[in-house]
Amino acid sequence: MSEHESSFVHVSSVKLLLIVWVALMVGTWFTVSASNIDLGFLNIWVGLAIATAKAVLVGLYYMHLRWDKPFNSFFFLGAFLFLFLFIGFAMMDSAHYQPDLIPGYSPGMGD
Amino acid sequence: MAEATSAPGGDELVDHTASNDNYLTHGKGILSWLFTLDHKRIGVMYLVAILSSFFLGGVFALVLRTELWTPGQTIMTADTYNKMFTLHGAVMIFLFIIPGIPATLGNFVLPLMLGAKDVALPRLNLASFWLWLVGATVAVASIVIGAVDTGWTFYTPYSTTTNTAVTAMTLGAFILGFSSIFTGLNFIVTIHKMRPEGMTWFRMPLFLWGIYSTAIIQVLATPVLGITLLLLVAERTLGVGIFDPALGGDPVLYQHFFWFYSHPAVYIMILPAMAIMSELISVFSGKHIFGYKFIAWSSIAIALLSFLVWGHHMFTSGQSGLMNMIFSALTFSVAIPSAVKVFNWLATMYKGSIRLAAPMLYALSFLFLFAIGGLTGLFLGSLSVDIHLHDTYFVVAHFHYVMFGGTVIAFLGGIHYWWPKMFGRMYSERWAQVSAFLIFVGFNLTFFTQFVMGSHGMPRRYYNYLERFTAYHQASTVGSFVLALGFFIMAGYLLHSLVAGEKAPANPWGGATLEWETTSPPAYYNFKNEMRAGDPYDLDALRWDPSIKGYVRKDPSSVLLSTGEES
Amino acid sequence: MSDREHASNDGMAVDHHFENADQQYQSAKLGMWVFLTTEILFFGGLFVAYAVYRGNHPEVFVFGHHFLDKNLGALNTVILICSSLTAAWAVRAAQLRQIGMLKLMILLTIVFAFGFMGVKAFEYNGKWKHGLLWAGQYDPHLEDHGETSHEVIGEESAEDAHIEIVTEETIVEAIEAQPAADPNRSTIEPAAEGPAGLAAPDLVAADETEVEIEPANAQTYFSIYFLMTGLHGIHVIGGIGAFAWLLLCARRGDFDGGHFTRVDMVALYWHLVDLIWIYLFLLLYLID
Repeated sequence: MSEHESSFVHVSSVKLLLIVWVALMVGTWFTVSASNIDLGFLNIWVGLAIATAKAVLVGLYYMHLRWDKPFNSFFFLGAFLFLFLFIGFAMMDSAHYQPDLIPGYSPGMGD
Repeated sequence: MAEATSAPGGDELVDHTASNDNYLTHGKGILSWLFTLDHKRIGVMYLVAILSSFFLGGVFALVLRTELWTPGQTIMTADTYNKMFTLHGAVMIFLFIIPGIPATLGNFVLPLMLGAKDVALPRLNLASFWLWLVGATVAVASIVIGAVDTGWTFYTPYSTTTNTAVTAMTLGAFILGFSSIFTGLNFIVTIHKMRPEGMTWFRMPLFLWGIYSTAIIQVLATPVLGITLLLLVAERTLGVGIFDPALGGDPVLYQHFFWFYSHPAVYIMILPAMAIMSELISVFSGKHIFGYKFIAWSSIAIALLSFLVWGHHMFTSGQSGLMNMIFSALTFSVAIPSAVKVFNWLATMYKGSIRLAAPMLYALSFLFLFAIGGLTGLFLGSLSVDIHLHDTYFVVAHFHYVMFGGTVIAFLGGIHYWWPKMFGRMYSERWAQVSAFLIFVGFNLTFFTQFVMGSHGMPRRYYNYLERFTAYHQASTVGSFVLALGFFIMAGYLLHSLVAGEKAPANPWGGATLEWETTSPPAYYNFKNEMRAGDPYDLDALRWDPSIKGYVRKDPSSVLLSTGEES
Repeated sequence: MSDREHASNDGMAVDHHFENADQQYQSAKLGMWVFLTTEILFFGGLFVAYAVYRGNHPEVFVFGHHFLDKNLGALNTVILICSSLTAAWAVRAAQLRQIGMLKLMILLTIVFAFGFMGVKAFEYNGKWKHGLLWAGQYDPHLEDHGETSHEVIGEESAEDAHIEIVTEETIVEAIEAQPAADPNRSTIEPAAEGPAGLAAPDLVAADETEVEIEPANAQTYFSIYFLMTGLHGIHVIGGIGAFAWLLLCARRGDFDGGHFTRVDMVALYWHLVDLIWIYLFLLLYLID
């Protein structure tokens, strides 16, 4: 690393901060409204999609990932893969329990 | 008289006044150690702390092996026995082996290998050490106030209902987890941001690839242990009920949580050991490492694949048949990168000029013992076989072969390798050979018998056993005392070397990595000059200099960053 | 999105082991992102518990979330979003050496954080009054709630939420239908007494004839609720502490020279706290 390189850091403008804030508020309103409409199994996914859009806005702009070194984003997002793995395998496991495999063994589990 | 000789290139390369003022002597008094920011001092303090923990865990081991001399009661009640094996496991895992190599050798060597002055976040490093002290204190306190009898795995619902000191021990482990996370975090940042000129990723010493992969696991897996222990404490103190069937909870879920960390944790244990191996095998075969990129990538592969297989600890727990099969299949995949490494080390040795110095004795032991440990892992990973072997001594033998025969042996090799650098003294090679031999023999006597016992049905964690297992248990106990003798001798000659050992040259072994380019022990500022990296395994760049009984670089300027030419 | 403003981190005090200020700053940043990653995995465990229990017993979550007030949850979400704005603005102020603005933004962030905790305290208090706590302490009672409005399943909210209005008769049927209570199902002794639920006949208040069928193990919802919001709350408190420290640093003049790294790092942490809440709000309050 040369000592003569000047290093500049991006400064967010007030306009940008406020635009993102408005977007987050609108997103919140969307989420709440969507939850009042019955979309069946889609409800959770619509909700997650809006929440993720809000998260992306916070991450890119408030947390500066848009102007940061890409590795920071890569590392952070990479962690979610492991989390989804954990959730996925744990859910798959409990979904495939066989409480009646040995009769009488799981009195509280059948329904 | 041990003169301060100069290497070719004079005083520019090595500062020979450092023997009067090195990191050990720079700053006096206990506070200068406890509040130090110097990674070398932190590494040494960790070394003392961790070896003390090994001693404590070892005492528990000897005690429980003594109890197992005869079936039924020998020297203690069954309840006490349960506490003994739990504490042996918990102390060895949380206080010794998880911090283990990264906190000690990693902290000391990493910045030196990078030609740097310190790790990226020295205050965080010190915080990590203090957290270890606090966590270890809480864990040891739990031993005093009533100890734990659940096994180191703390399975629910027993752990949430037993009236032993589970809460205190898990809080101790929780704090220790943060210590581990901070160490890993520091190493990731250091390796990313502080590599010297010329050290691209694929010119890093393989020791650093191993430490880096370990750090990734530490950072991703340990938080899950954190939440698991927190939930356990909440379950015990508040009755939160997510693991208690009576309250609608699921005890198998606890095991998912626990093993999601604890399986990657075993790779936290073995990856640094493999990292050391790459250095030792190359240097003591006098040859460039074979298959550098394969070894580097398999370190990363092991780190990532380790997250996919945790369910193989749960084959008999009530885990669904579907997941049993999936986890068994995935377990086979994680054996592959480990095998790749072993083959590359063997290829490195082939047609090399092998020197059987103490570090190499340990490296060779590792190859043999880790191979056995790793292969027996495949037995256990096979679903149908594991149904019979689960919770038997076969499992105990397997993990001791990989953790002890693998990690501890490599750790000892690393200690013997870097000892001259850390303390500026050579130890007695003769006594080191005696000790290595006793450890090898004692280890196999202790644990090979356990493979046999386990496959014949001897369950683990059992206080009482059938008469027909007595001979095996007694052989195993004898082996454990032989091991203890080996370690006792080791402590003797290592401590003796600190006061009366021959002064060590900068490069006693002929390594080409940058830590050998400074004095033994290093000055507190590590390097006098800005360093530039060459090929870390270009051993031909060094030659033996009998006047200093050490190796010197044929062209010292090749590792110096020339000033005035770069802009 | 103006690119005209830039801050320089040249001229900042550089630790001896770094070559320049940029290396120091980038190291701190990467370190903080790695730490945030550990927080994701830490909270992630609770999301796993949520997913497993909700996946297998969705009725428990549908039932439980009625006792949460969507409006309070939305209010908290708005509060945290505003606090993220002020935190990000604080970073800008520190970068541009606007110390007065910096102090104001830090103060506002702290105020918002306290607001969040206040709403949470109100909600927790409501739960506690009605015995709607985690499994070990789950002891729901409806009797003494004549005055509170939104936490009761009254007729109107029941209709909105599509809850079945039931009579005494169906309550008795529901109890008999629960498998754990069937003595002929197995020869194994039934597990320890679980917490009594709303469906138990003696808990029906005299003046309350409309009660929803409480599913078995309804208390699990509240265990998850308190664990997730509780851990989140602890992190909010930690954030308050960190911002208070920043305020002290600002008063001391630490940021006068444009050294904004500290503010940046604390703000990053705070944004993560906000992000986690966004998902908690969705998953705990907005179930349908």
